[in-house]
Amino acid sequence: MAADYVDWLRREGRIVIVGASLAGLRAAETLREEGFTGSLTLIGDEPYEPYDRPPLSKSVLLGKASPEHTELPRRRELDAEWRLGVPAAGLDLTGKRVLLADGEEVDYDRLLIATGVRARPWPVPEEAELDGVFVLRTRDDATALTEKLRAGARRVVVIGAGFAGSEVASACREMGLEVTVAERAGAPLVGALGGVIGAVAAELHLKNGVDLRTRVTVTALEGDAMGRVRAVHLSDESVVEADVVVVSLGSMRNTEWLSGSGLGAGPRGIASDAGCRAFDFRGIVTDDVFVAGDVARSPHALFGYQFLSLEHWGNAVAQAETAAHNMICPASDRRPHMWMPAFWSSQFGVNIKSVGVPPMGDELMIIQGSTAERRFVGVYGFKGRVVAAVTFDNARWLEYCQRQIEQGAPFPVEYPTVDRRPEGRQPVAADFPDPSLPTHGPTVTLSGYSPADRRLVFTPGHH
Amino acid sequence: MTQPSLVARITDFANRADPYPLYAELRRTPVLHEEEGEPYVISSYWDIESLLHDPRISSDAANMTAAGADELQSESTGLPPSFIRLDPPEHDRLRRIANSAFGPPHEPRRVDDMRGELHTIVTELIDGFAGRTEVDLVDQFAYPFPVTVICRLLGVPREDEPRFRSWVDPLVASLDPETRQSAGPEFVQAAQEARTQLGMYLAGLVEERSKDPRDDMLSDLAAGKGPDGAMTMMEVLSTAVLLLIAGHETTVNLITNGMLTLLRHPEYLQRLREDPELAVNIVEELLRYEPPVQLVPQRTCITDIEVRGVTIPKGSRIWLMLAAGNRDPERFKDPERFDPDRDDLQHLGFGSGIHSCFGAPVARLETQIALAELARRLQDPRLVADPPPYRPNAVLRGPRHLTVTFDGLNP
Repeated sequence: MAADYVDWLRREGRIVIVGASLAGLRAAETLREEGFTGSLTLIGDEPYEPYDRPPLSKSVLLGKASPEHTELPRRRELDAEWRLGVPAAGLDLTGKRVLLADGEEVDYDRLLIATGVRARPWPVPEEAELDGVFVLRTRDDATALTEKLRAGARRVVVIGAGFAGSEVASACREMGLEVTVAERAGAPLVGALGGVIGAVAAELHLKNGVDLRTRVTVTALEGDAMGRVRAVHLSDESVVEADVVVVSLGSMRNTEWLSGSGLGAGPRGIASDAGCRAFDFRGIVTDDVFVAGDVARSPHALFGYQFLSLEHWGNAVAQAETAAHNMICPASDRRPHMWMPAFWSSQFGVNIKSVGVPPMGDELMIIQGSTAERRFVGVYGFKGRVVAAVTFDNARWLEYCQRQIEQGAPFPVEYPTVDRRPEGRQPVAADFPDPSLPTHGPTVTLSGYSPADRRLVFTPGHH
Repeated sequence: MTQPSLVARITDFANRADPYPLYAELRRTPVLHEEEGEPYVISSYWDIESLLHDPRISSDAANMTAAGADELQSESTGLPPSFIRLDPPEHDRLRRIANSAFGPPHEPRRVDDMRGELHTIVTELIDGFAGRTEVDLVDQFAYPFPVTVICRLLGVPREDEPRFRSWVDPLVASLDPETRQSAGPEFVQAAQEARTQLGMYLAGLVEERSKDPRDDMLSDLAAGKGPDGAMTMMEVLSTAVLLLIAGHETTVNLITNGMLTLLRHPEYLQRLREDPELAVNIVEELLRYEPPVQLVPQRTCITDIEVRGVTIPKGSRIWLMLAAGNRDPERFKDPERFDPDRDDLQHLGFGSGIHSCFGAPVARLETQIALAELARRLQDPRLVADPPPYRPNAVLRGPRHLTVTFDGLNP
């Protein structure tokens, strides 16, 4: 019976994918690759075919790539119906249909939700609308920001020194623009990598001529009579004159359209089981709704079965492939999503890479190289084992670190390495901010069974 | 009578033509240590991969304390150690500077811009076969090719190439441990003399280039474009000699093994003739199937390490059997088959980790062009002897001669 259903589904079922970016595309390709011959519909709120986002804050800003030419390479023909430029507006779980913003409905037999995240906007709408104030998430954002920067800017203020903000600051400096970065924490990247590594990132900013202001928040964006941004007011009462402001305060998960649907969706994403099947609001797994990519949150065996939300490129690909596989295979062939978290960033000429979940670590050891040279391998430890690693211009050692994490290798790391320095012999506090304080977007969100996480409150949707 | 050790059988010249059955035997004991003084031999793909990325593994000869440590060591040039025999941070600094003269981001076009020149060199070498129906592809093609390429890369003036070659040939020959053992004192003397001459010549050229830089590697090495600045004169010399030596016999073997393999698999020779683009896949599969560096014999561990439950004591000699890992059935489907159409081809032919082959982009291009042109121009090429005679070297394994007959040359 169940096997018959899967056979039928594979042959002539209707699969709908909401979200037409990296995860949506790779899922669609995997479905076809694995023999799905039914109807396939991809729904995307942007009018463009799937494109790659990482270049938007790097080569596109520098003018080395055009924002129009970042399409994702296709692995195969899809034979799919594309509904682009129309966001999904609602979900009817019982009737098995997706409601679109233009009033249309799309029926499905199985659904994949890959709606991702969007940039967190500046919280004061009238200030956010000032000419010269930008966020950077989409191709349109990149086009607008690039044009503005090309037209010449006296000073750019970047609000938030996470990865995206730091990359924007780096690109602007490379273009020779004056840049001020305002960061609430004590250093850049602290949410993702902690204060020790953040201090290294701060040096990078300073060395490259960024006017870095830490432990400040932006209290107001000031416009001129023409509605153009003119200055940025900081909590230390200083004022920075600027004609471009890039708001880089992390991201928000695109789950609002699911409110009231009965799915377990909220600001932290959509929870799923290890096989990418979404939970409903009662915490019961659904049969026909799957999730993948930035919007998903799933338990990871290597990290205490905590529910991880990963805004990582590689995660989107791996989770999409697993979800797609599980959507059209018999129950016994399903695979768990067990991707090792990993991300990269390039800023100020430095290649930063990480594996594992750094914010889970409470201690850090530099096992190779030195932070003073800004070339090193650092590993994070938690409860006596290695849980993450970060490299600055030393990525070739990362594979080893990944294996250490997979094997639950002991921490502190006692053995010598080919470039162990005296400074790295003792573990130090990794210095992550209190997880209950808001940040501008760590690249990993931990939730679930962490004792540090006391703020997760279930709020039923309004039916 | 006791069976000789597996390591002894691998180094035994009698098994040079086909060591692969021995490698299969080796993989049955993935961490093999036959007796005191013998190396720890690692032969499965995943273990090799993992040790190539392991920061407890050193390439620095000074860390090797085990007996017989220097038996396979070949670098005795009188120069400071080059980065292939160094650990970070020294390795990283020298390799970064070398790379700033060779690849992206400072010289993104260095290799690709040589495409036309490589093509010309290959064409001239093949034109030299005119009027004959039998050639030795080693002596008349594969051997002269890489030296010419390195000359152009470094920036050796054309008119000096013959002189340069006359020093390089005895130097390279002297690196082969068996040749060295069997040679008389005059051979050793000649090699030493060549080394001195080459060193003096290069030093003069580096001096010239630092005063009057051109678009070549020696100028860049002496100028130091990257954030690490320039190399010292001695460092430039040892890097130049490294590129010469490491880029020579390996490339010769890759090309020769390549032609041999294609002649044994004529369907692919035919396909390559019709579609030169196939050379890319063919070269990658060759690097898996017949890697020019069969094993990495110069690693040690700086602390006791455990591999598959076996403890390898600090200072031991470790052999990473790249050619055995490349045919590990746990990694590659149907590994004993030469199949350029495989879609999963992450071979160990260039190693991996921080010491992964520096010259790989050049080696790839040289071999792609060489094989595609040989396939296109030789009319009905045939092997004269199969297997052909091999060189003694077990590490840099390849035919000594590869005599091929053919009906004529296509233009």
